[in-house]
Amino acid sequence: MPIAIGIDLVGYDEIAEALRRGDRYLRRIYTDEELDDCGASPRLLAACFAAKEATMKALSRTDQPIPWRSIELRMRHGAQPSLELTGAAASLALARGVSGLSVSVTHSSQSAAAIVLASTGEMS
Amino acid sequence: MSATAEEIRRVLRDHARLPVDVDSIDDQADLFRAGMSSHASVNVMLALEDAFDVEFPDSMLKRSVFESVAGIDAAIQELQKRAA
Repeated sequence: MPIAIGIDLVGYDEIAEALRRGDRYLRRIYTDEELDDCGASPRLLAACFAAKEATMKALSRTDQPIPWRSIELRMRHGAQPSLELTGAAASLALARGVSGLSVSVTHSSQSAAAIVLASTGEMS
Repeated sequence: MSATAEEIRRVLRDHARLPVDVDSIDDQADLFRAGMSSHASVNVMLALEDAFDVEFPDSMLKRSVFESVAGIDAAIQELQKRAA
């Protein structure tokens, strides 16, 4: 089963800078469900953003416009994090023949990182 | 250098977190290769919207728009033309 990998790292200070722009930043980047999960926590928002960017890399985005809100990281308490694609991201995944996405996120005192595996072809 | 390009470079200086002096970068140089992170490009986008009183639509949320001073300049001009 071929796989593609994407990875990204986001500093909490980068999120804090964007949060100074207020609601405009949050509404442009995150889904309602992510905002319910993350609130205004730079730590959690950094994980969300890293997962979105890692997904774009795993999907081998070239120069298509992919709105950040079309990739959603779900990380309900106690559950394994997962990804939900809609709109342009879902179309790109379909075009790439992606049959499954796996995500893992981690945190340090200063940043969050995410790695995404996109599998193509039949699941074994 | 045009006033637009000068303002773009000011935004990059303040928000792109480049490890090099933005004035040492050519208009066509790839800002991501120069060290701009994906989230820094978001901070640049928001700052550009404030500086030029424009809003980048979803159709412009792609790498080529933000990867160089020239690409940003072209996008700003396009947005200003649409708003005129």
